[in-house]
Order: sequence, then C-alpha cells, then structure tokens
Amino acid sequence: MIDLLLRDLKLSVRAGGGALIGVLFFMTVVAVIPFGVGPDLNLLSRIGPAIIWIGALLAALLGLDRLFQTDRDDGSLDLMLMQEQPLVLTVLIKCLSHWLANILPLVIASPLLGLFMNMNEVAIGAVMITLLVGSPALAFIGAVGAAVAVTLPRGGLLVSILVLPLTIPVLIFGVSASYAAVEDPAPFLPPFLILVAITMFFSVIGPLGAALALRNAGD
Amino acid sequence: MRLLAENLSAHRGEDLIFSNLSFSLAEGEALLLTGRNGSGKSTLLRVAAGLLRPASGSLRLWYDETRRAYNLAEAAHYLGHRNAMKMELTVRENLAFWQSFLGNTEGGRGVSVLEAAAAVELEQVLHLPFGYLSAGQQRRMAFAKLLVAYRPVWIVDEPTAALDISAEALLARLMREHQSQGGMILAATHQPLELLNVKRLEMKGFVYTNAEGHDL
Repeated sequence: MIDLLLRDLKLSVRAGGGALIGVLFFMTVVAVIPFGVGPDLNLLSRIGPAIIWIGALLAALLGLDRLFQTDRDDGSLDLMLMQEQPLVLTVLIKCLSHWLANILPLVIASPLLGLFMNMNEVAIGAVMITLLVGSPALAFIGAVGAAVAVTLPRGGLLVSILVLPLTIPVLIFGVSASYAAVEDPAPFLPPFLILVAITMFFSVIGPLGAALALRNAGD
Repeated sequence: MRLLAENLSAHRGEDLIFSNLSFSLAEGEALLLTGRNGSGKSTLLRVAAGLLRPASGSLRLWYDETRRAYNLAEAAHYLGHRNAMKMELTVRENLAFWQSFLGNTEGGRGVSVLEAAAAVELEQVLHLPFGYLSAGQQRRMAFAKLLVAYRPVWIVDEPTAALDISAEALLARLMREHQSQGGMILAATHQPLELLNVKRLEMKGFVYTNAEGHDL
C-alpha cells in the first residue's frame, strides 16, 4: 500500500501531474482580491480568513476529477478492483496521496497569502491550522464525486458541482474557528473540534462511498 | 484446482450477450475464445475477472486440497486491451509497483523485475519511461506484469495485438510455460495461439432481430 502512495506522489510531481496547478490557482485568486477590494487595510484583514479559505476550497476541487480517471483510462483501476485487499483501503491511500500532493501545498502557501490580506500573526496561524485540519475532509468528500463521475470523459466541472454542497460545513467551521482566534468573545475550540470531527467522519464515509461507486461503474 | 463456470449470462445494457454458458478447466488447461468482433469475448473475460457482474451464474476456483472455493478475480491476472502501465513512470517503476501491489497468491512466487523483463526480451529498456516504448514493446512489458506476481489463472484479452510474429511466439511460449506449471489460461484471440490442452469456445454473439424476427 505504501507503494501505491509513493507511485501516486511520483505521478503528481512528474510532467502533467498538475500538483502545482492548484497552488498557482490559489495564489492567483487571493492575490487579485486586494486589487479588487482596494487599499482598505482594515477591510482586508477582516475578510482575509474567509477569502483564503474560499480560495483553498476552490483550489482543492481543481484536479479532483483526475483522482481515479487516469487509473481508469490506462486500465490500472481494473486491476485494483480485482485485488483481495479491500478497495476502501486503496481509495483511502489514493485520497491521502492526493491530499499530500495537491492540498498540503495550499496549506503551506497560506501564510504568504495571509500577508497579502494584511492579517496578523494570530489570524495567519489560525487559518493555517484550520486548513491543515479541515482540508483532508475536502479530499475525502471529493473522492466520492470523482468516483461517481469516473466514467464521464469531461467530468471536471461536474465533480466540483457535485462536491461543493458537501464541503460547505467544512468551510463554515473552518472560517468561524479562524475568526474566533482573532475576535475575543467567540471561543476557538468548539468550531475547531467540530472541524476535526467532520474530517474524521468523512475519512470513513468518503472512501466507503467512493469504493461503492467505483465497484458499480463497471457496466 | 479447478475453474468452474456455471450457467453464466451477461447483459450489455438491454442486450443479452451470452446466456447459460458453462465450462470447467483443470490445471494446465486453456480456454480459447474465438468469434467475430462484438460476439462477447471481452465481456466474458471481464465477467471472469469480476469486473462485470454476470446476470446469472457463478465462477469459482475450486481447490481440491483444501476443499474450498475461492473468488476467481483474486486468483487471476487480467490483461485487457489497456496495458495498466503509467506512461510517466519508467518501466522498472511500473513493474516494481505492480509486483508489490499485487503480491503473490498461495501456491507460487513471481520472478524479479529484471527476470520478467528478460523473459520478454526487453531488459535493456527498463530505465526508459513507459511512454517512450513502441506499441509492441509496451504490450510485451504489460505481459511481463503477469510474471512478477504469481496468479494461477491468467485472463488475457488479445494478448498478441500489436505484436510481430517472433513476439507472438515468445508470448505463446511464456503462456505454455505457465500452463506446464499447473496454470490456467482464459484467452480471447483472433490470431492462432499455440497453447497446451486447448478447449475452444466459439462465441456466436447476440443476434439482433427486428420486430418480425428476421435477422438484421
């Protein structure tokens, strides 16, 4: 199973893997916001956490459609379906490698973009931690959409639209935890723990749903 | 060890491709599927590999020693039309990945990556990305994948497509070696394929009829 993780990581950094496309998109979206909003520093720092979270969410959905499609196109998926080891485990590993290659760079890039948005250190730290904890859920939810649309040749936008409503709770609790860290009366821990719970919940449900969809995509 | 297929039927959409197909294979035997394009050869092989659900019937691999039936898909290699190799990775990385991902089923061991490449006479291209190989070389390397992990049953769909005559003979020899060690082969092919203990099955395919019952 570790070999599958390493193979997928290798594929995502080699030519055409597209691991850096997500980061570039994320940076572009967040970098143009100050130009659009104008030089109101207070406003920027107030909307900063939300903008970074939205940018990361959209960037995380980019490239999700390739999660299973490349393996289906070259026939690898057939062999994965035949194996004795549970398909759920294979899907879980593929989600993890997708997260490591495509979404973790977003988390790492977020402090830099926090500076663009005139956020203070506490806000930057809070956004980074909530992204780190909440973003795996995006990969797990996305896997279900990617598995459902695996037989569609141009499923890219469809996957994003299928998946977006399910990711709204992640966004809500991620942003509210980030705001709670900078605004005094609101407590940080409750929304943060709910975010952790959402990630853990989808780490079970996501691979199960995706495995079920892949099994039935054969006909 | 016996492969038993009983009353298999399969649909493609609304159409019945084949129905009530039964066969059995003993160790060292091969089933050769022939028939026109679209007659259901690939469908039968995909049903055997567990990738399509049969409309009726079952496929089992029966072990005499333990008196237990196993899921055929887990004890079989499947080589379909597509090679299941990544163009961006080198041949060695591809084979090493499948070797460790597939593992061996009980009763045998796969050979090393280098030996498998030597068996298909392509050990000199192991360091190249798979996408750099010609179509015939890619097919031979995809076949080498069957050697790196042991499976008693090989399900091969047009294994000799895109191959020259000497490579065809090479693959046929490797399949015969697998049979002589007690392996079983399910193959669909247009070209003549020299295997041992061959059972033949000609697929007639679904006959399309119009409302009056005449053939179209």
